[in-house]
Formats: sequence, C-alpha cells, structure tokens
Amino acid sequence: MKSLEELRAIREKAREQMTLRKEDGPQSTRVIVGMATCGIAAGARPVLAAAVEQVSRRKLENVSVTQTGCIGVCRLEPIVEVLAPGEEKVTYVKMTPEMMEKVIAEHIVNNRVVKEYTIGAEEPGPAAN
Amino acid sequence: MTELSLYVLDIVQNSVTAGASRIDVGLEESGGDLTFTVRDDGRGMSRELLGRALDPFTTTRTTRKVGLGLPFLKQLAEQTGGSLALESEPGAGTTLTAVFGARHIDMPPMGDWAGTVTTLVQGSPDIRFTFRRSGGGGDYSLDTDELREALGGDVPLNHPDVLMWLNEFITENERNL
Ligand SMILES: Nc1ncnc2c1ncn2[C@@H]1O[C@H](COP(=O)(O)OP(=O)(O)OP(=O)(O)O)[C@@H](O)[C@H]1O
Ligand SMILES: [Mg+2]
Repeated sequence: MKSLEELRAIREKAREQMTLRKEDGPQSTRVIVGMATCGIAAGARPVLAAAVEQVSRRKLENVSVTQTGCIGVCRLEPIVEVLAPGEEKVTYVKMTPEMMEKVIAEHIVNNRVVKEYTIGAEEPGPAAN
Repeated sequence: MTELSLYVLDIVQNSVTAGASRIDVGLEESGGDLTFTVRDDGRGMSRELLGRALDPFTTTRTTRKVGLGLPFLKQLAEQTGGSLALESEPGAGTTLTAVFGARHIDMPPMGDWAGTVTTLVQGSPDIRFTFRRSGGGGDYSLDTDELREALGGDVPLNHPDVLMWLNEFITENERNL
C-alpha cells in the first residue's frame, strides 16, 4: 500500500533537485493543456496525464505543465500550447496521449517542433473559430 | 462524456473557476443510489444566476456562449432516474448534489477516478481538496492538507513525482472499495 512515508522520501529528493535548479536553471518551458468542458469531453485528461508522466519519467527539471480554460476552438480540442523561452508559442491540436509523448520527446527534449500536429497543419490560413 | 469521473472533473472545475480555496468532493454509493456532492467556498451565484444555471445558454465565460457542464450533468442525473440540486450563496459558496441511479442502463462507467483527482490537484495545488469515496465494500477519504503536511511546505503538490504517487495511491484505494 502507498503511504505518506513515501511522500517524505519524494520530498527529500525533490528538495535536492530544487536547490540544483535554483543554482543553474535556464528559464522554464511551459506546456499548457486546455481543460474546459469541451477539452475534457474531447479527451484532455489523459493528454495532461501523459505530459505529467513524461516530465516525471524523463526528470525534466525545467518544464512545467499547467492547465487553462477554454482556448476557444472547441472542435480542435484537446489543445496543447508549448511556450519555450525565446520561441514563438506553438499550438498543437486534436491531441492524444501518444501525440503528447511525441511532443515531449521531439519539441521539449530535442527542440524540434512536431509540425504535423500543429494548428497550421490542421487548417491552413488564419485560425478562425 | 463517456465516464462519470469526467463529469466530476468538469463540475469541480467550476468551483475552481469560482475562486474556491476549499472544495469537498464526495462520490458515495448506497443501495442503488450513487450520490455526487461538491461543496465549495467560492464566490457563489446570485439568485438570478442560480435560477438559470442549469440552462445550457447560461455561462459567465467569455470564450464561448454556452455553458455545458451543468446541463450535461443534470441530463445524466435525470436520465438515470436521479436528480440534481444546486444551492448557493453569493460570497459564501455553492453546494451541488447529484443523485444517479447506479445500476441504470444509461449510467456511464466510473472511468479513471485517479485521473480526475490528480488532474484537479495538478491544476490547483494550493486549493484544499477533500475527496470522500464509498462503494459496496468500503470507503476512504483523502485530504490534500495531509499531503501538504507530509511534503513540508517546500515541495508543491503539483510536483510530477508527487502526482505520480497520488495517482497510485488513489488507484490502490479504489480497488478496495
Ligand atoms: N461552483 C460554482 N460557483 C460559482 N458559480 C458557478 C459554479 N458552478 C457554475 N457556476 C456558474 O454557472 C455557469 C454555468 O456553469 P457550466 O459549468 O454549465 O458552464 P461554464 O463553466 O460556464 O462553461 P463550461 O463548463 O461549458 O466550460 C458558470 O459560467 C458560472 O457562472
Ligand atoms: Mg463548467
């Protein structure tokens, strides 16, 4: 059975990492998942879970995963935005957990935008509602 | 929506949006009834908003003209032979109680309850959540203040390793219900 004791061990480990991060951490990258009703209904919850799991597994210290409300284009949900320091915002649409894993591996880790998942690939021209 | 746990996630997000600092969630089965309760200390709703809240054309969001969460939940409750009640006081908070017919053919499966709990904690690590669950064979509850205490204040509840732990913790407890 999981116990609160294990949380204390997680705490010790996390604290060590946080001191390291404070000393030499570059600015962090944000992964933002739309979690309004339309996002949830379209499958955003497992997409968010995949992002959190990858960040934990790969021990990505400078990546934060956050949630936001309705991004405004319900039929393209689940929508994920990636904001990396010094880069333009990239919007990924109709995401699945597998696609999320690929975005973490390619975009976040290797710095290569996964073009075929972006909003531009989904519908060329201005992103209208 | 295909899972009851997704409805719960969506409805509890309303309490988060209402600026709550404490949210008590219950999902408890007894007899053939499954009762879902959410109590928050958020901004509450005026009488007028409360009266319209279950109408799909009511929303105070700005990105879209219809609110879907409450009408979806009401429809599900009624379809399964249950009901939905909302009470609210501006400035004090809101309490929602939904009863479902647990064995009704239109009742969706529970789905990933642990996923719902971790998503809520991930999105609002500073809110105090309590989650009460009971089923045929047992019950358990979780108070995020206990986790906060074990983490000692310097590691946030949305740390990925904490969330992975929480997911397993809930999954194990769900198995024993
Ligand atoms: N717990 C709450 N506290 C205060 N106001 C609430 C609460 N729950 C719902 N409301 C009000 O009722 C409205 C309708 O809620 P509902 O969940 O149906 O739609 P929404 O949250 O606006 O949009 P959606 O859920 O579709 O993303 C909300 O916009 C909000 O003003
Ligand atoms: Mg809502």
